[in-house]
Amino acid sequence: MERIIDNYFNAAVLADAFPQVLQGFQVTVLVSLLVILVGIGSGLLLAVLRCMDLRAVNAAIVAYVDVFRTLPQLVIIIFVYFGLPYAGLSLSPFATTVIALGAVLSAFATEIFYSSIMALPRGQWDAAKALGFGYLRTLFSIILPQAVRLAIPLLTNRAIAITKGTALGTAVALPETLGQAQSIMAIVANPSPLTLAAAFYLTFFIPLVVASRWIEHRFGRGR
Amino acid sequence: MDLFLDNFANIDSLLQIYPLLLQGLELTVMIAAVTLPLAILVGLALAVLYSFEIRWLRIALLVYIDLLRSFPVLVLLILIFYSLPFLGLNLSGFAAVSLAIVLNNSGYYGEIFRAGILSVPGGQKEAAHALGFGPLRTIFHIILPQAIRNVLAPLASNSLELVKTTSIAALVALPELLRSARVAQEQTYNPTPLTAAAVIFFVLLWPFARWVARLERRALAGR
Repeated sequence: MERIIDNYFNAAVLADAFPQVLQGFQVTVLVSLLVILVGIGSGLLLAVLRCMDLRAVNAAIVAYVDVFRTLPQLVIIIFVYFGLPYAGLSLSPFATTVIALGAVLSAFATEIFYSSIMALPRGQWDAAKALGFGYLRTLFSIILPQAVRLAIPLLTNRAIAITKGTALGTAVALPETLGQAQSIMAIVANPSPLTLAAAFYLTFFIPLVVASRWIEHRFGRGR
Repeated sequence: MDLFLDNFANIDSLLQIYPLLLQGLELTVMIAAVTLPLAILVGLALAVLYSFEIRWLRIALLVYIDLLRSFPVLVLLILIFYSLPFLGLNLSGFAAVSLAIVLNNSGYYGEIFRAGILSVPGGQKEAAHALGFGPLRTIFHIILPQAIRNVLAPLASNSLELVKTTSIAALVALPELLRSARVAQEQTYNPTPLTAAAVIFFVLLWPFARWVARLERRALAGR
């Protein structure tokens, strides 16, 4: 018992590590928000583009979606950070993590938005046309509001899952929560900073996970 | 273009390192083969226990499920691999990775099976009871077969994510596919091994990803 307290809840180590891990946590939150913004924004854009039914564009979007929903996130991060410099493109760890995870989320979001749009009854399009709505107006005022509602539970789950991937940024020396905790642990030879990191992650994600269950319940029923 | 091919698809480099990649692939497959069935079994057990409607047990199970779903799997792995030795418990890289992936995914599978069981109308249980089925026979013969059909899409999707997650083993120096590719890249000063690893992951997982996408689309349309 004493050993557990000494190694996981060592007050002196925890107090020393707190400021640095907190800094890391700010990076985690910032990266997460950017990933969600980039991923969902571009996902919606690509899904709308796909609805236009342009053959060359569609092929490109489908290829993009397939690649980024199939490859492991860490493989993409490592490839961007260690591979792309050979093509003359060197990105910071921060940009690498945001772009790699943003691309993954955008691929999933494209797929979710597009299949939600497709899941709506054909009659919605026909009715709008009969009422004299143009194509774009139909899409933005009739189809998307319903499709987004359908997409929300899937999208929240996916966004949370991918946001958790920010911890993978440690692989390219992004100074986020886990990375900071690990570097302090190496210096003080005590794993208490990891407990601190875990606590930060839990305070961030538990509310999100509980909220996602509520959202699923709220939007998933009674349709 | 030539320079590009030379860097990212260099045949000499590929011939030199492919045995290393094959070994890596073997380990990746092994990790997935060990963790996938275990995680599914533990998740199923959690959901079956949940279905028995014992109040304190339900609360405990929900806490377990949400806690593990809130933990980024990499944080769990680092905790297991780097902090347990301080308590005198030395796990091999393989054991640590397997434990982290199984714990993390048991939460995900638990939640999926739980939602599946809840989606089966209560009348099924009452009917089974009226026919004299015991609780175990009811859950395994009546409820679960219907429940699993209802959540096939998230089950398949989560299984794909699990296989992708195995690449985090690279971060505790376990020479699976990604790690082998990184080592090879450093030996040959050429990113071709990284391209090769990405291509291998894509070729292996792509058919599965397509199948998952089809299941998800069908589930969405069925609502």
